[in-house]
Amino acid sequence: MPGSNNTELLISMRGMNKAFPGVQALENVDFDLKAGEIHALMGGNGAGKSTLIKLLTGVERPDSGKIQLMGKEISVKSPAHAQTLGISTVYQEINLCPNLTVAENILIGREPKKYGSIHWKKLNAQAQEILQRVLEIDIDVTRLLGTYSVAIQQMVAIGRALEIEAARVLILDEPTSSLSTHETNQLFSVMRKLRGDGVGIIFITHFIDQVYEISDRVTIIRNGRHVGTYETAELPRMELITKMIGRSIEALDEVSKAKVETQKHTRGEPVLKAQNLGHTGEIEPFDLELYEGEVLGLAGLVGSGRTETAGLLFGLVSPDSGTLSVSGKKVNSFSPKSSIAHGIALSPEDRKEAGIVDDLTVRENIILALQSNRGWFRHLSLKKQAEIAERYIKLLDIATPSLDQPVKNLSGGNQQKVILARWLAIDPQVLILDEPTRGIDVGTKAEIQKLVLSLAEDGKSCIFISSELEEVMRTSHRIAVFSDRKKVAEFGSGVDEHVLMKSMAGGGS
Amino acid sequence: MKPFMKQLMKPFMKPARLTVNWRTITESKLFFPLVALAIILLFDLIFVPRVFRIESRDGNLYGSLIDILRNGSIVSLLAIGMTMVMATGGVDLSVGAVMAIGASVAAVMMNPVIIGLELPPDLMKFINDPQFTYSPLWQVILVTLIVTTICGLWNGFLVAYMKIQAMVATLILMIAGRGIAQLITNGVRIQIFYEPYAFIGQGWIVVPFSLYIVAFLFAAAWLVTRRTAIGMFIESVGINARSSFYSGIDEKKIKLLVYTFCGFCAGIAGLVESSNIKTSDAFNIGDGLELDAILAVVIGGTLMTGGRFSLLASLIGALVIQAISTSMYAIGVPAFALQAIKGIVVIFVILLYSEQVRGFVRKLSTQKGV
Repeated sequence: MPGSNNTELLISMRGMNKAFPGVQALENVDFDLKAGEIHALMGGNGAGKSTLIKLLTGVERPDSGKIQLMGKEISVKSPAHAQTLGISTVYQEINLCPNLTVAENILIGREPKKYGSIHWKKLNAQAQEILQRVLEIDIDVTRLLGTYSVAIQQMVAIGRALEIEAARVLILDEPTSSLSTHETNQLFSVMRKLRGDGVGIIFITHFIDQVYEISDRVTIIRNGRHVGTYETAELPRMELITKMIGRSIEALDEVSKAKVETQKHTRGEPVLKAQNLGHTGEIEPFDLELYEGEVLGLAGLVGSGRTETAGLLFGLVSPDSGTLSVSGKKVNSFSPKSSIAHGIALSPEDRKEAGIVDDLTVRENIILALQSNRGWFRHLSLKKQAEIAERYIKLLDIATPSLDQPVKNLSGGNQQKVILARWLAIDPQVLILDEPTRGIDVGTKAEIQKLVLSLAEDGKSCIFISSELEEVMRTSHRIAVFSDRKKVAEFGSGVDEHVLMKSMAGGGS
Repeated sequence: MKPFMKQLMKPFMKPARLTVNWRTITESKLFFPLVALAIILLFDLIFVPRVFRIESRDGNLYGSLIDILRNGSIVSLLAIGMTMVMATGGVDLSVGAVMAIGASVAAVMMNPVIIGLELPPDLMKFINDPQFTYSPLWQVILVTLIVTTICGLWNGFLVAYMKIQAMVATLILMIAGRGIAQLITNGVRIQIFYEPYAFIGQGWIVVPFSLYIVAFLFAAAWLVTRRTAIGMFIESVGINARSSFYSGIDEKKIKLLVYTFCGFCAGIAGLVESSNIKTSDAFNIGDGLELDAILAVVIGGTLMTGGRFSLLASLIGALVIQAISTSMYAIGVPAFALQAIKGIVVIFVILLYSEQVRGFVRKLSTQKGV
């Protein structure tokens, strides 16, 4: 590793420009990365963070602008080329092989040989040594990578990047978005160690707490422009948020105000009632009631059974115990199709895999569930489709050049809004939102939370699932807590944060 | 010749002409198949201009161009069904064999003597008469299409409900189908003498009758996919089955539908082909055509992995394949070399689809613009 001289510039990007059809993604953006610093890159959805990283890693070529690596001008031709230059990226979705062992994953392509075949003992020993020396973690490297948590898998990816690819610049693209607090801390200690070794780390995240916890400097990008680069410690939190969204953060406060007013509706016949509902191996039998005009928050750590509960209520799997009734009527067949017919909608956690249909247009994505509920032959005319799509694009403020744009061309937050539009279009009685704000900027987050509350005010019922406790507390009238695939408790909205956390952690240990 | 070309292109050019944007034109599914077809016709124009000669006899049109359309009609019929199957991310390898089954059913119904049915002696003497058929024509067509549709239903059942990979599931009928076709005819090649039946493949009303069949099937398929929600559901399932499931789309029913329809199309192709060659030949009818149909769909821009499809582009794809064969024969390429030449042309066409090549072409065109 090149010395620990903290002022040495690793990367210097000057006047970066990049246009995509219909949008100027980056306009004259500058970016610096020093050796031995953790540099947070912040910005809303579609602000241009990803584009900047893509230019640096050779996924896209800049229209103009200069990139220097340690003072020498470079032109990055491809991700592979970036790796040979010492610029490595670890994505949220790990691109390693889950069904190879940890050791194989680290040393793939560099296996130590003995008599022409792989020297397994040495391979494992080397991998173990790399993880210990570089990352200071000690795990069984002969186990399959897929058996470890996402956090460990990310660290393995980092280990490989540093040792095999000799990375000097490490880009971490939303590494913490699916990690638990404990795992995040693990990752952070690794990052601190690497900073000490003189590696430059670009850290992309939406979590503002984490920016303050770990980063030395922060660069903010908005609408493709460089807003500024600051010493993190000297930038007040409110100012950071204001710079990111370009307006003040009062929007979030309005959310809490809106809720108080809606609290009056809550009793009567439950809209959704689960009794002893369960599915072996996914979620233990639980009771749950949801009333008209109510937002029910599901809190719990990742893997606690929140998502499984949502899936069960939406009919993704059939329960093997208990009953579910909607407005007093018992549900007999479990499938998304029949749930939709009952007026239940689920916006899934996994936006790319289970939400959008990426090659279909914005219009088609919005009317998809409505049309499937109408069946094959009661076809919505193109005119009617455009009308519906336009209404929701306006209502949710979806940023798209046109109705007939493939939805894959939209930013993550706007894709999320398209999925919300799809469900609002069927006018559901119960709307289940699983992590609707993950990977979304603060402004859009507040919009979505407000939307949920205004739906409740109109008499709809919502189930709101989020890893961010504060968000669940802000939007929900009641909170059900899950832990270790069990429903462990239920609280009213006034509950203390620490009580909630205790209950979330309490189930198993 | 030129007004005719214009006539041919007219329906395809119209949507493109509305938007002048070069990018929307090149990204249309019709663009590359049309370019491929144009290149082949240009080749003909230079080397074998007689291909463009069209003569009119008794009010009917004849010539190489008409032959391309007529000979291409079998693959066109198959391509219509295959497009929908491939749009769901599947493939149907059995269409050739299903054609043979259809041909056998039709032949047996018209002339069941061959499989040992006793006819009254006064009917026996008519057996080779061009006006004789045992079952009326409408019954022959109806039963044939029912049988081949059931073949398609079987494929769909295996793929959608038994979750067998499409290639494996349809391979079963591809292999067994020709055996079944032989069982139906008792292992005999039945000659078809019935004159009205011959009209299906050989008849002429200004243009070959089979073109009307293609046009009718295309129009029906287009209406069913684009004037209902079925087309969008097919594409949605092909692009992202999981998202489609979450949106309440019944993937199984959609898959069952497309394979069933594909069997129906193969049945029509079987009728046309057996009428053309006046026999039920379990070995040769539809032999290798499943691959031509797949190729036509691929040239038409539908991905093997499923997703967006264009029926019209697939039809042009079928014409491209036929135009290659006809042009090669016209310049005197011997039949045995045809496959190799076809391969070369196909590589060229497929290269047009490669993102690498497209990007290169785009770069060239923008550079010119600047």
